[in-house]
Parts: sequence; structure tokens; C-alpha cells
Amino acid sequence: MKVAARSSTRIEFGRWVRSCLVIVVAAGLVPCFGLEEKSALDASFQATVDLLKTRSFGEKAEAARAIAAHTHPRTLEVLTALLDAELYTERKTDRVVFANGLDGGGFNIRDAVTGEGLGQVGRRGAKKISVNNRLRGLLRGLIAGIRLDDKDPDDRIAAAEAIADGADSSMREVLDARLLVESDAKVIAAIETALVVFDLDANDETIRLRAIRASASNLDGRVREKLTGISNDPVASEAIQEAARETLESIEETVARYKTIETVFFGLSLGSVLVLAAIGLSITFGVMGVINMAHGELIMLGAYTTYVVQTLFPGALEYSLLIAVPAAFFVSGLVGIGIERGIFRFLYGRPLETLLASFGVSLVLQQAVKTIFTALNRPVATPQWMSGSFELLDGLSLTFNRLYILIFAGLIFAALVLVLQRTRLGLEVRAVTQNRAMARAMGIRSARVDALTFGLGAGIAGVAGVALSQLTNVGPYLGRGYIVDSFMVVVFGGVGNLWGTLVAGLSLGVANKFLEPYAGAVVAKVLVLVFIILFIQWRPRGLFPQKGRAAES
Amino acid sequence: MKSITRSVALVATLLLGPFIWSADTIKVGVLHSLSGTMAISETTLKDTVLMMIDRQNEAGGLLGKKLEAVVVDPASDWPLFAEKARELLEKQQVDVVFGCWTSVSRKSVLPVFEELNGLLFYPVQYEGEESSKNVFYTGAAPNQQAIPAVDYLMNDIEVKRWVLAGTDYVYPRTTNKILEAYLKANGVADEDIMINYTPFGHSDWQTIVSDIKKFGSAGKKTAVVSTVNGDANVPFYKELGNQGVSAEDIPVVAFSLGEEELSGFDTGPLVGHLAAWNYFMSVDAEINDEFIDAWLEFIDDDDRVTNDPMEAHYIGFNMWVEAVNKAGTTDATAVQDAIIGVTVPNLSGGMATMMPNHHITKPVLIGEIQADGQFDIVWETPGTVVGDAWTDHLEGSRDITADWMKPLACGNYNVKTGTCSGQNYE
Repeated sequence: MKVAARSSTRIEFGRWVRSCLVIVVAAGLVPCFGLEEKSALDASFQATVDLLKTRSFGEKAEAARAIAAHTHPRTLEVLTALLDAELYTERKTDRVVFANGLDGGGFNIRDAVTGEGLGQVGRRGAKKISVNNRLRGLLRGLIAGIRLDDKDPDDRIAAAEAIADGADSSMREVLDARLLVESDAKVIAAIETALVVFDLDANDETIRLRAIRASASNLDGRVREKLTGISNDPVASEAIQEAARETLESIEETVARYKTIETVFFGLSLGSVLVLAAIGLSITFGVMGVINMAHGELIMLGAYTTYVVQTLFPGALEYSLLIAVPAAFFVSGLVGIGIERGIFRFLYGRPLETLLASFGVSLVLQQAVKTIFTALNRPVATPQWMSGSFELLDGLSLTFNRLYILIFAGLIFAALVLVLQRTRLGLEVRAVTQNRAMARAMGIRSARVDALTFGLGAGIAGVAGVALSQLTNVGPYLGRGYIVDSFMVVVFGGVGNLWGTLVAGLSLGVANKFLEPYAGAVVAKVLVLVFIILFIQWRPRGLFPQKGRAAES
Repeated sequence: MKSITRSVALVATLLLGPFIWSADTIKVGVLHSLSGTMAISETTLKDTVLMMIDRQNEAGGLLGKKLEAVVVDPASDWPLFAEKARELLEKQQVDVVFGCWTSVSRKSVLPVFEELNGLLFYPVQYEGEESSKNVFYTGAAPNQQAIPAVDYLMNDIEVKRWVLAGTDYVYPRTTNKILEAYLKANGVADEDIMINYTPFGHSDWQTIVSDIKKFGSAGKKTAVVSTVNGDANVPFYKELGNQGVSAEDIPVVAFSLGEEELSGFDTGPLVGHLAAWNYFMSVDAEINDEFIDAWLEFIDDDDRVTNDPMEAHYIGFNMWVEAVNKAGTTDATAVQDAIIGVTVPNLSGGMATMMPNHHITKPVLIGEIQADGQFDIVWETPGTVVGDAWTDHLEGSRDITADWMKPLACGNYNVKTGTCSGQNYE
């Protein structure tokens, strides 16, 4: 590989000499001016880039500033590569290169100054130029500074916002300079908003006062940080301190109001996870009366299906979840039907045996997964559209993954209710649960209905697994963490009642989240459990008990 | 007739084999969980010891004998650790044991090793407050990991407000107690410290992250010191990322998150957060490259990583070999005397020495998580740090010192009262 790198350098060099010669020949005796000028620029850029070859992060920051100030066309590329950890030094020649990791462990490298390809090197052939957090923040600001001159106004707005986020005082001049030449009204507004953050530190009292007042609607943490600093700053004048305090108070009020909304959202989202995990159980346990301890493992299978889908289609990460939902439904559903046909149907009416058998099944499934995928957790990637948060109002944002899972849980619940109320299968299921003997007398093949119902419950568990793969670790013990919660929700809601499961899951989630800030995560969970135990003493059949003769018996 | 003779001979060899064999091998016990929740981390350590034994045998063995591994599986079951330890020492007559991960498993085997006078090399960072004649602590004590990490945040990042977040069990609780005392001694006010515990495998971090965010917007630089255990870290960092808390705003420094754990993570949301260890796979040293190559070849999988507890076993094993050579015997008491002061190379290009308190000298490194699951070292101590068995930051433990050299020979000596209070410190 080293040989390859060397020979390709030689070829590149040869090509350069040759092209220069061609120009020389073509232009007669005129020397290749253009190239010389270019190589002079390259040489000075090379010297600047070489400053990065230091261990000290302070010196690296200086080097990054020098690179940003350079006129070379490759400045942006070099800074972006440094930020993305793609800038290396080649160990053999000690020059700075762009490096892309290869599957085999080596790197594909290109010269950082000229951009020419240098072939491949082995795993130890190149050493990364490391960056730390402070440097990363600086780089983001510098890149934004360069991009502030972009052609696209949207890019310029994004750059102005990025600079405001960085709040690096050295970037202020860049904003001021751009403001003088900027013509797009939206960009001007964005720059002015960004400048407010810097004006908070202004020396001029009136500018500072205005900036403080203007920040009242800005709920960004950094602004609050600054305002708190100003309100306690003994050097600042009384008026400034007073203004800062007032602005802070109004911000705090808004924050407190948002906090309540946020807590409700957190609770609903925790509740929706509980509902998702429990709803499959609500069918198998509630409707069929099977105590299925392997329910958690069916959830786990769904999560692993997501992993397999992502591994099979590495290019379709953004759509992987859409493929995984039906796939997980079928995988878990089929395994569920297999378990029902193979084991549970021999055990109907014997709850203790069912419980033990299903516990055995859960161990078998765990071990199977460990044998196939190893005991290590599997990394499941989150698609871009599920990362980050949705800004409902300025300062009130809801995380996308929770929001989608909340909506998803709602959809699954609605679909399930429709299936049970509006389809033939649903009718048969309800008939068999209410009176098995009578249903059979009417010509319903109860064995088939049992298998399908169990398959449906298991399939829903698999779908829940897809959702959980986005929230927690995908490992062999994923199911264990949810089985107790699932039973808790089903029993609290009332056995055999889908609506009960919904209400129970959501209310337990919200209660948990409102308790958590006061009691802590551990105690909040304990309190909820104690509450359920007491509640079951009072109403043994849960929130919404089933009525009628079938339920009484 | 011939076949009968042959089978008799075969049976005889099979029966006598172990006895003949055991006479000229030195037995090395490996007490790591190969099943249950801890198997993920501990299986790697078992393989590390097996690799070290292979290498030692290739180099000619020890005292002219071959080394033989005796591997048992305590199955992440703490009482079973004690039973298996007894089996290794009494039945298998092993000369040394490498093992344990969690503190509770170490506490469980401690009485067995003390009763039967065995040797245990314990390779994981722990909460300190212990020093046994029979245990050698090759992992970090709090002053070799937690305290330097806090110093780094305090001095280099200028952190003023602290969140101490941990899983609810003994290691985080003790470590946080020490850290809280240390922070207060350094002038951090009560209201600038937030302590939070979560259950094992916690996955709903919404409220906690939102609280951290709020705590961090009070005008002072804030950092999270995380003793959150193992895989609960994934949803924690994910939530931090989703709620827009970046490593540049509020860095999280973790004490139980290494390369092995990261290999099961989607590392995207973790980039830039910190970890404190005494070794990283990315350490730039020839001896480390050589170790990584040997490990990848031994395990026959190029995707595997090396981590801090593996280095601890590497050091511990070499120290034991050195001490046995020095003593000329594998007798436990002789090795205990010989090993103090033994110095062997560590994997970061320096040396590790066994101190009289049965802890070793280690460099402290701070690394930032990278997208490829490796760490970039951003800070390190200028030299090595001596492990302190009894922390200087807690009342009661301050006056205790451990010194297994004669004439003191006590792991729990109170310098004020001048008494050795036995092993169990309360």
C-alpha cells in the first residue's frame, strides 16, 4: 500500500510537470505564470495548514483562525474536514491529508493543500489531527463566518444563527462586516438578532440596555446565562442590573409555564411507550387469559428485526423503520403463532403451567438471540427525521422521537380497536372470549381464532419493539425491562379492556413524570407501584372491569 | 488383545494424566462471568488472561513450568463468585486468580481469599476504601480517575456547576460521596451541586435531561459527572442530543464507558463527551500497537477493541510473573512479599509499580468520544498517580492508611490512634 501511495505521487508530479511543459511549449517562451502564482498560494497555505501539526489545542485554535483568514480556495474544505475528524497526518511523510476510512481499516488519502489523491494507507499509516470541544465550537463559528458570504440567502441565515449559537466574541466583526454589504432583508434580520447576543456585553450603556430588553423573548440557555451573569455583575450599573433582573423574571415565568406543558408531554410519551408495550399483552392476557411471560421477548424480537432491516439495507436508513414495522409484525406474529400452536394450546385453563412454560420460552428466545447476535447490544441507528426536536414555540421544543412514538402508539391503538370492532376476525375473537362453547356451536373454528389472536398480540409486541429500538438498547434483555410494566398497565386498566390499557398507560406515565422532579426516578417508580397495589386492593378488577356473565365466572 | 492393552493404557493415561500434568504446570484461575448480565464485559477479560498465558507459554513458561488456565463461570451471580473462588483455591489448587468486575462480586470473594490465603488480581476501577493482603487492585482508585477528571473540568474547562448523575448502587454512591466532599472542599457551594440517581437500565431520561438543561442555564459553566452504568448510557446521551444539549454546552464525563461499551452504541450523539480512564485504545505507543495486534490475532476478529480493564490485567499478569520469578516460587505469601515494588511497562509507554498498599501507579487520561467509537486524548497527567486505597476526602477514611510492608503489614491502619483495626472498615 505504501508503494502504491508513492507511485501515485510520482504520477501526479509527472502529470504536473507534463502539463506545465505543454503550456510552456504551447505559449512558446512564456513561462507558466498561472501555475507559479498558484503554487505560491499553495505554499503559503501549506505553511498555514502545517501549523495544525501540534499537540497543543491552543496552537491548533490559532492555526484554525489563520486558515480561516487565508484566501486559498480550500480553506472551507480543510476546516470542515477538521471538524468532521477527517483531517489526518500521513505518518510516513508527515503531511496533512484528507482521509476517508476504508472498510478494511485503512484510509483513502488526499493532499490537504492540492487536493490530489495520494492512494491508500494502512490503519496505522495516518494519524488523526484531534480536536476538542472548545476547538469544535470555534471551528463551527469560523465555518459559519466563511459561509456568511455564501450565495444562497438561506445559508447566510443559517450561518448567522450558528455564529449567535457559538457566541464567540471574535465573530462579531464578521457579522458587522456582512451587515454593511448585505441586501437581503431576511438575512439582515437574522444578523441583527445574532448581534443582540453580542450586544449584551457591549460597553455602551444604551446599546446594552436595548439588547437586554430585546432578549425577553429569547429563551436560549446562553442568553439566560448571560443575563444571570449581568444581574449579579457588580461592575455593571444599577439600571443595567435592574433591566437584566426584570428580563430574567419574565423569561423565568415563560419557562415555568412551558415546563408544565413539557412535563405533560414527557408523561404522555412515557405513557405511550407503556401502552405500546402493554397493548399486545392486553390482547393475549386480557382477551385470551394467557399469562405470557415471553411477551417481553416478542418485543425484543421486533427490536432485533429493526436491526436486521438496517443491516440488510444500509442505504435506506431513512426508510428502515417503515420497512421494519411490517417486518417486525410478521416475525413476532409468526413466532407468537408458533408458540401458541406448539405449547400454549395444550395448556389452556392451566394458568400456572402456562406461566412457567412461557417463562421457559422467554429464556429460550433470549438464548437464541444471544447465539445469533452475541450477548452484546446491537447498535440501531436513528433516522435523521427522528433526531432533534420540534420547536413548538420559541423555547418549548418537543423531541421528535418521542413525538413520533406518541403518534405511532395512537395509530396502533386505533388500528387495533378497528380490527376488534369492525372485522370478522374481531367479531370471532370477541365471540370466543365471551363464550367459547357457544361460539364453537355457531361454527367458529376456535382453535384458528386462538392462534390468530395470539399472533395479533405478538405482532403488536413486535411493532412496539421497533419503537423501543429508537429509545433504548437493543440487547437480549430488552424485554425483561418491560414485562413487569406491561402487566402492571394491563391489570391497572382492567383485564380485557383495550381502552382501559390506554387510559392506564397514559395516566401512569403522566403521574410518574409529575412525581419524578420531587421524588427522583427511583422513588417515583416505587410510589407508582405502591399506588397500584393499593388500588388493586380497592378495585381488584382494575379501572374498567369487564361486565357480564363471562367476566364474572 | 492388542486393542485391550491399548485401551487400558489409554484409560490409565486419562486417569493419571491430570495428576502427572498438574505436577509440572502452574495453575492460573480465571474468575470472570461468562453468562448473565456481566458476561458482556467480563468475557473479554477472560480472553485477555488466556492470551497472556499463551504468550507466557510461548516465551518459555514460568520457573521452567508451563502455565495452565483454569476457567470457571460465576454467571454474574454474587454468592456463586464465593463458591467458585473456593473451588479454584481448594479443589483446583490454583496459584493465582484473575477475576471479578463489580464491587459486590469482589466483596463476596474477599473472605474466601483471606481465609485460604490466595492471590486475586482485580482489574476494574472501583470506589476504594479497601485494601486486602490477598487482593491486588490493578484498576483505578477514585484518586486515579474521578478526582483528576474533576480537576480537569475545574481547571481547564472552568466548570462551576456540577451534576453528579449515577446508577443507584455502591460504586456511584461512594464515588459521588467522595466527589461531593472534594468539590465542597474546593469552594463549590451546595446549590451548585445536583445529585441524581437512576435505576439500572433506566431508559426514560426526559425529565432528568430537562432538569440538567435548566440547571445548566444559570450563568455558570456546567458539567455532568456520570457514573451511569453500562447501557443506560445510550438513551441518556440520545436524550441529551435530542434536547439539543451538546458536549460544547454541557460536557458529560463518564467513568464507566469504554471502547467495549461504545462498540454496541450508535456513537453519533456522544461525540465530544468525555471519559476518564488510565488507558485508551488510541494511545500512541509502540507497546500498545503491539498489544492490539496480538489481541486482534488472538481473538481473530478485526472489529474487536481493547479497553482499560484489559490493560489492568496485562499489567497485573506481568507483575505476578515478575514477582514469581523474583521469589522463585508461586507460594502466595512469598509472592505477596516479592510483588511490592515490582515495576512493569504499562500500555501507554510508561511504567506501573505495585505500591505497598496493593494499588499501582497509573497515568490518568481524559478522552473525547469520536464518531468511530474511539477516544481522542485531550488531557493527561504529567506523570503517574499512586493509587490511594483510603480517600483523603472523607471523614473517617482520612486517617486510615494501608501498608503491607513489614513491620506495619496492615491494610487498615489508623495513624491517629495507631491501631490496625482488621480488614472490615466501618
